[in-house]
Amino acid sequence: MRHRIATYSDESSEAGSPRAGGDASGPADGPAPELVAPELVAPELVTFTGVEKRFPDGTQALAPIDLNVRDGEFVSIVGASGCGKSTLLRLASGLTEATAGTVSALTGRISYVFQDPTLLPWRSVRRNVETLAELTGVPRAEYRPRAAEVIELVGLGGFERHRPRSLSGGMRMRVSLARSLVLSPDLFLLDEPFGALDEISRERLGGELLRLFELRRFGAAMFVTHSVAEAVFLSTRVLVMSPRPGRVVAEFTVPFGFPRPAEMRFREDFTRLTAAVSRRLRDGEAG
Amino acid sequence: MSVRGARRLMALARGSRALRTGRPRATWRDRTAPLVLFAVIIGVWYFVSLVVLDRDRRFLLPSPDSVVRVAFLDGHNLSQLLRALWLSTSVALIGLGVSIVLGMAVAIAMSQARWIEKSVYPYAVILQTIPTLAMVPLIGFWFGYGFLSRVIVCVLIALFPVISSTLFGLQSVNQDMLDLFRLHRIPRWRRLVSLQLPAAMPATFAGFQVCAGLSVVGAVVGDFFFKQGKPGIGVLIDLYRARLLSQQLFGAVILASLLGVVVFTFFGWLSRLVTGRWYGAETP
Repeated sequence: MRHRIATYSDESSEAGSPRAGGDASGPADGPAPELVAPELVAPELVTFTGVEKRFPDGTQALAPIDLNVRDGEFVSIVGASGCGKSTLLRLASGLTEATAGTVSALTGRISYVFQDPTLLPWRSVRRNVETLAELTGVPRAEYRPRAAEVIELVGLGGFERHRPRSLSGGMRMRVSLARSLVLSPDLFLLDEPFGALDEISRERLGGELLRLFELRRFGAAMFVTHSVAEAVFLSTRVLVMSPRPGRVVAEFTVPFGFPRPAEMRFREDFTRLTAAVSRRLRDGEAG
Repeated sequence: MSVRGARRLMALARGSRALRTGRPRATWRDRTAPLVLFAVIIGVWYFVSLVVLDRDRRFLLPSPDSVVRVAFLDGHNLSQLLRALWLSTSVALIGLGVSIVLGMAVAIAMSQARWIEKSVYPYAVILQTIPTLAMVPLIGFWFGYGFLSRVIVCVLIALFPVISSTLFGLQSVNQDMLDLFRLHRIPRWRRLVSLQLPAAMPATFAGFQVCAGLSVVGAVVGDFFFKQGKPGIGVLIDLYRARLLSQQLFGAVILASLLGVVVFTFFGWLSRLVTGRWYGAETP
């Protein structure tokens, strides 16, 4: 019931460091480009044990859920609207308390991105990206160069002085992502971040998010989406949730390695997996 | 402020206005219609004054040209009016300043805790609904009949819009944004300064604008009742009424209205200057 927060070792979130950083057995042997079976080596970042959520009006949002996310995982959560996907993220972040069970977050470095980019219209792109770092007390000498670097990384170079109003939806979302990435989160929570974008921007941004993941700009992700194809393309693991009260009805491990080219979407094994996930999703809704 | 600074502000205001509105350019109708309406009003005024009213009842509505001639072109009358206007302007501006500072302080306090809001808001509403005229004699008893009482009446009339609109602005901040600040444990005062106050700005300025118009009303009303010290517009209005000097009376009313329009417009301009910039590229 309590949201326990302990600070998780910093070295594992350094860009480019090997993902076995949490293992106490000393320095790992070189960089590991393949994200193989992180559950065997990487430490858990967040653990749900028998977590239930009931809203004050009595609706049961989540049936008991057990779940953990490890460093180096990209976990997508798919399900119908109102099945408690967002509640799951809010529980993981500590913004909401569970009514029963325990949520343990083993890191304090959690970032959250919403469907709405939630930018500050009076701040330029650069100042928006710096906002969270600045206000959480990171020294300016530290966050300035970091923000500049992340802005380049998400493809916003040259737009530093623009205000959100003059940007497209996709660009605003990049600003929102960059703002969180400046904090180099261990656990990155994304609640339908591309839900309001058109198909093309959506796929582009998906690809870039994946690249940032490969660059170890964030340790692990929990990604809520309506799109099965998006979930499979981005993730190392896909969870399928049933409608209210939300339960995890199926779990798929995505076997594809990294990097993942955009054409992967047309491969037969990709479409087969997507179809399997979709089928489970439909079964879950029917049941 | 330096001349260069002032010029930069002006340029900003012009630029931002162009960027802010995506509306098509004003057509000839947009430009001429206000002039036509103005001409119609003046025409009706003349018609009533010269045709409807007999010569010995014309003091009820003197013709526009006689108002201008007697009230504004006569040196003695004009200087009397301007001196009074100056006094009323200073009451209005001080009242406006006090209302803005006090109103924002109250709104900020109310936004910080629900119990403060719950306990203070009813009185803010009473402040708005109480007939100020009923309070005027009491204020006279307590604070005398001079400058201070005039400012107090002015604040009583002008305060509420600042409180209500600032509070509304502070509370209308995007919930996701608040969650984000909570998640990152950003201190309350930083949330206030960096998120809530700037987000409230458009609403706050709308409140300032209404407050500015009301502060002029308050200054005139206060002056009307408290006659000690130098006369303001209110005192003059009462004096002209008693002596049936209707041209001067109209002149005083016109000046008081113009004062209201000027302050109101100034705050509209200031609001665009501040918040209009959010919607264009950052100006160096």
